Amino acid sequence: MPKDNGIGESPKRREDVRFLTGRGQYTDDMKLHGQCYAHFVRSDVAHGIIKSIDTSAAGKMPGVCAIFTGEDFVEVGGNPAGWLINNRDGTPMKEPKRPVLAHGKVRHVGDAYAAVIAETYEQAVDAAEAIEADIDEQDAIIDMAQALANSDHRVHDEIDDNCCFDWGWIEDNRAATDAAFEGAAHVTSLELVNNRLVPNAMEGRASIADYNPGTDHYTLYTTSQNPHLTRLLISAFVMGIAENKLTIIAPDIGGGFGSKIYHYGEEALVLAASKKLGRPVKWAATRSESFMTDAHGRDHVTKMELATDALGNFLAIRTATMANMGAYLSNFATATPTYLHGTVMAGNYTVPLVYVNVKAVFTNTAPVDAYRGAGRPEATFQLERVIDMCARELGMDPLELRRKNFIQPDQFPFTTAAGVEYDSGNFGALVDKLEEIGDLKGFAARKAESADRGLLRGLGINTYIEACGLAPSNLAGILGARVGLYDAATVRVNATGNISVMTGAHSHGQGHETVFPQIVADLLGIPAESVEIVHGDTSKIPFGMGTYGSRSLSVAGSAIVKATEKIISKATKIAAHMMEAAEADVTFEDGTFAVAGTDKSLQFGEVAFKAYVPHDFPHDELEPGLEETAFYDPANFTYPSGAYACEVEVDPDTGKVTVCSFAAADDVGNVINPMIVEGQIHGGLGQGIGQALVENCVYDENGQLLSGSYMDYTMPRADDLPSFTVDQTALTPCAHNPLGTKGAGEAGAIGSPPTVVNAVVDALSDLGVTHIDMPVSPSRVWSAIQAAK
Amino acid sequence: MYDFQFEKPSTVAEAVAALASEDAMALGGGQTLIPTMKQRLAAPSVLVSLTGIAEMQGVSASGGLVTVGGSAVHADVASGAGDYPALAALAGNIGDPAVRNRGTIGGSVANNDPSADYPAAVLASGATVNTDRRAISADDFFQGMFETALEEGEIVTSVEFPLPESANYQKFDQPASRFALVGVFVAKHADGVRVAVTGASEGGVYRWTEAEEALSASFDASALADLSVDASGMISDLHGSSEYRANLVGVLTARAVAACS
Repeated sequence: MPKDNGIGESPKRREDVRFLTGRGQYTDDMKLHGQCYAHFVRSDVAHGIIKSIDTSAAGKMPGVCAIFTGEDFVEVGGNPAGWLINNRDGTPMKEPKRPVLAHGKVRHVGDAYAAVIAETYEQAVDAAEAIEADIDEQDAIIDMAQALANSDHRVHDEIDDNCCFDWGWIEDNRAATDAAFEGAAHVTSLELVNNRLVPNAMEGRASIADYNPGTDHYTLYTTSQNPHLTRLLISAFVMGIAENKLTIIAPDIGGGFGSKIYHYGEEALVLAASKKLGRPVKWAATRSESFMTDAHGRDHVTKMELATDALGNFLAIRTATMANMGAYLSNFATATPTYLHGTVMAGNYTVPLVYVNVKAVFTNTAPVDAYRGAGRPEATFQLERVIDMCARELGMDPLELRRKNFIQPDQFPFTTAAGVEYDSGNFGALVDKLEEIGDLKGFAARKAESADRGLLRGLGINTYIEACGLAPSNLAGILGARVGLYDAATVRVNATGNISVMTGAHSHGQGHETVFPQIVADLLGIPAESVEIVHGDTSKIPFGMGTYGSRSLSVAGSAIVKATEKIISKATKIAAHMMEAAEADVTFEDGTFAVAGTDKSLQFGEVAFKAYVPHDFPHDELEPGLEETAFYDPANFTYPSGAYACEVEVDPDTGKVTVCSFAAADDVGNVINPMIVEGQIHGGLGQGIGQALVENCVYDENGQLLSGSYMDYTMPRADDLPSFTVDQTALTPCAHNPLGTKGAGEAGAIGSPPTVVNAVVDALSDLGVTHIDMPVSPSRVWSAIQAAK
Repeated sequence: MYDFQFEKPSTVAEAVAALASEDAMALGGGQTLIPTMKQRLAAPSVLVSLTGIAEMQGVSASGGLVTVGGSAVHADVASGAGDYPALAALAGNIGDPAVRNRGTIGGSVANNDPSADYPAAVLASGATVNTDRRAISADDFFQGMFETALEEGEIVTSVEFPLPESANYQKFDQPASRFALVGVFVAKHADGVRVAVTGASEGGVYRWTEAEEALSASFDASALADLSVDASGMISDLHGSSEYRANLVGVLTARAVAACS
C-alpha cells in the first residue's frame, strides 16, 4: 500500500496552483530597479561577410546607453561544444569558434552582429534601425550533400568540406557488417529524412544580468534548464567570470524541450553590458527571434539498411546519416547524432551487427541541438520504419517480425551490437499489453467500416527502447563528454521537522515540486506537504547538472534518496543518544524511531528538533544539525521501452490523415506519480505526432526561414490528436538505481513518429506506397498517391 | 511598432474625415494590421478605429437580403446570420474564438487576403459591398491578391448578401494558419449557380465559371466529373503545390454541391 502522497500516489501538482492562477514568476515577469533593455541586431541574410558596422548615428539616438558589436568580444572565449567527437580515423572533430556576437561573418538568418542597450525596449529597436551594416551577401550553404561536396562555399573559412566530423559506430564492426550484408538472403533499404523542428517552448528565452560594482558580483536571471551548467560554461569557457562571483537564477521556466539546456550569446552579452553600465540589463526574445535562434531539433538525412535471413532473423543494421549542425556547434549538438543515436541503433533486438556512420555538417542555418528525445527519436524512426518495410517485403506480420527478433527477458543484462548494456526489459510483455489496450484484433472490422465511408484505414505498430537518465560520468567521459553527468541533492531538515530539498535538477514543466517530496516523505514516513523543493538558483543548491534526457527522477531523484538515507543514518544516531540505546538497536519505520525489545520510541520531528537543540550532545561523537548532501552518479544509462499502436484514416481525395486512435504501453520502470507520468506520455505523444504529421522547419535555398512564424510553422493542436490509451504497468524496474525508475519525459516523442508513419504507409500500401517523409502532410500524402498510380 | 495617433470616431463621416490625414489607416479588428505594425512593416501616422461606429454594427435580415455591418465581428455573423446558414457556418469557422471576436467582415474583404474565407462567400453570393460613397458589386470589388476596388480612405460600411436557394462552403485548412488552403463556396440562386474559390489562385478569389455552367445545367456533383482544374496560376507553397490546390478545387466543389442537396 502506498503511503499518503508517497511513492505510487498521484497528488495533484502543487506548482499548478501558481501556474494556473497567474502567480508564476518567469524571467520576463521581473523588473529590476534601473533596468535597461537589450535589442539584438540580426542578420537578414544567411551568409555574408561583415565589411563594416557603423553605429555612430545609432549611438546618438534617444535613450541609447551602449552599443556592442563582435569587435567587443574578440578577446572573449567561444561558446564550446560539450562533447568532443573523434572522426573514424581518430582525429578530433572541427570546432569553430562560436562568438558572443558575429565577427567577420554572419552565418545564418538571425545571427546577431550587434546589440543596442537603451532605456526602453522601443528606443533600443529604434536605434538598431539606425545602425548601418555593410554585409556582403555570400551564397548560402543549405543542402547538406552539397555542403559536403563543395569546398568553394564554406560556412567557416577554415573548414573546407563543411564537415564537423565523420563518425563510425562501432568502427571495428564495419567490415563484418558489410560482409553480413553481402551474404544476406534479404536486404531492405530506405532513404529517409528526419524533419527539422523548432522547439516552440511557450516561454521565449529571456535573461536579465545584474552586476553589482560594490561586490563585483554578477547575478544572471535566465531561462535555463540547468543553471550550474550555464554558470560553468560562462565561467570556464566564455567570460572567465569566477564561479563564486556569478549567481545564475533560473526562476519558473515555461517549457524548453532541450532548447534551454544551452548557453546562448545573449546571456553573455547582457552580463557584459551590465558590467559596463553598472545597471541591470534585460533581454527577452520575440517569438520571431525564438524561431530564428532557439537551437532547432532533428534534421537528419539517412540511408538505412537491414539485412535478414530468409526467415526474417535480423543479421545486421547499417546506417549512413548526414546530421545538420547548423552554422555553429550548440553545446550538445555533437552528442545528439552520435552517442545519443548510434548507441540505441540495435533497438529491442538481438541483431548481432550494427554499424552507424554519421557525418555532421555545417550549414547556414540556425544551430541544431538536442530536442525532446535527442538522437533516439532519429534512431528509432529509421530502425522501425525499415523493419516495417522489411516485414512487407517478406510478407510477414510487422509485429511478429519484431517479436521474432526481440531480446528475451532471460537475456538481461544484454549487451547489444551497438555497444551498450540494457539492464532490464520485457518487450514481449509490452506487446501483449499493447494488443490488449489497443484492441489490435478489432482492426480489420474497423478498416472495413472506414472503407464504407471511402476512407483508407491503416494500423501502425512500433516498439522502441531508448537510453536516458544521462548519464554515467565515467562512460560519458570515455565517449568525449567535457562535463560529468551526475546530480546532487541537499536535504535540510529544519528544527521544526519540515524539510527543504535543494536539488540540482530544474523543472521546466515536469512537476519536480510535487514528485520529489513524495520520495522524501515516503522514505521518512512524514507528510509530503512538509517537504519543499528548492531549485534553479546556484547560490542555494549543490552543483547539479539540471533537467534533460529524462534524467531528473532517475539521477537527481537518486541523489535525493542518497541524501535522505544519510539523514536517516544521522537521525538514528541522535535517536539512539536520546533513548540511551545502542545505535544498532534503534529501528526506523513510518517516521518512528524505536528501540527493539522496549516500548521506547520517538517521532521523526522530535529527533529533528533535538538536532538543533543539542544541549546534551557528546560533541566528540555527535554533531548538531540535520542536513546532508549527496552526489549520485549512475552506473549506467536507463533504458525505458515501449510498444505503440496507431490507427489512421486517410482521405484519398485530399490526402488528409486523421489519427483515430493511439495506444501506448510503456515500461518506464517504477512509477512515483502515475498521473504525472501519464501526462508526460501524453505530452510526448502529442509532440511526436506533431513531428509526424504537421511540424516542419524549412529554409529556402537562400537560407531564408520559410516557416518563421505560426502562419507557416504548424503546431499540433488538440483537434489533431485522438484520446490516448496509455499504460505503464508492464514494467521492469531499473536494476541499478535506488528508485528503479527509468524516465518518462522523452518516451512518447521517441516512439510515436514511426508509429504514425507506419500507419499511414499501411493505409496506402494497397496502392503501392512504401514510404512518405515527415511531416506526412495532406499534400505529401496526395502526391504519394498520385505517384503510385 | 512605431508610435501612432489613435482615433475612434463614432460616425462614418468622422471616420472619413480622420482618414483624410496623411498616412492614416483604417483599423477594423486589426487581425492583419496589428501584427504587421508590430513587425514594423506598416507605419500609419494615424490609426482610425471603425469599431465605435454604431451604424456599421450588427447583422439583419429582410426582403431576401442579409446585411452585415462593416464592423460586425465574425462571431456576430456566426450567431446572427441564421437566415443564411452557409454564411453563418463560414464565419463560425474563421480562425479561433479570439479572432472571431475581433476580426470584422469589412476588414476581411478590404484586405482581400487570397486565403481569407469571406471573399468566397461575398463573390459566390453575388453580394454588394457598400461603402461610405457607393455600392460595389462583388464581381467588381475583388481585383486580385490584396487588391480591391476601394479607393484611398474608402470605408466598407456594410455587405448585403442576397439569399440563395441553397449554399455551402467547404474549407480545407492550411494546417498552420488555418486560413483556407483552398475554400469553395457554392451558391445556387434562382438564376444560376455561382462557385467562388479562395486560397487557390495567385489572383486571389475567383469564380470557377466552367463549374457554374455545368452546375446551372444540372445541380449535382456528377456534373463536375468531366471538368478539370488547370494548375497554372495556382499558389504553390510549403503547404501544397499548385497541382494539389487544383485537385482540392475539384474535390471541395463536389463536396459543397453534395452538401447543398
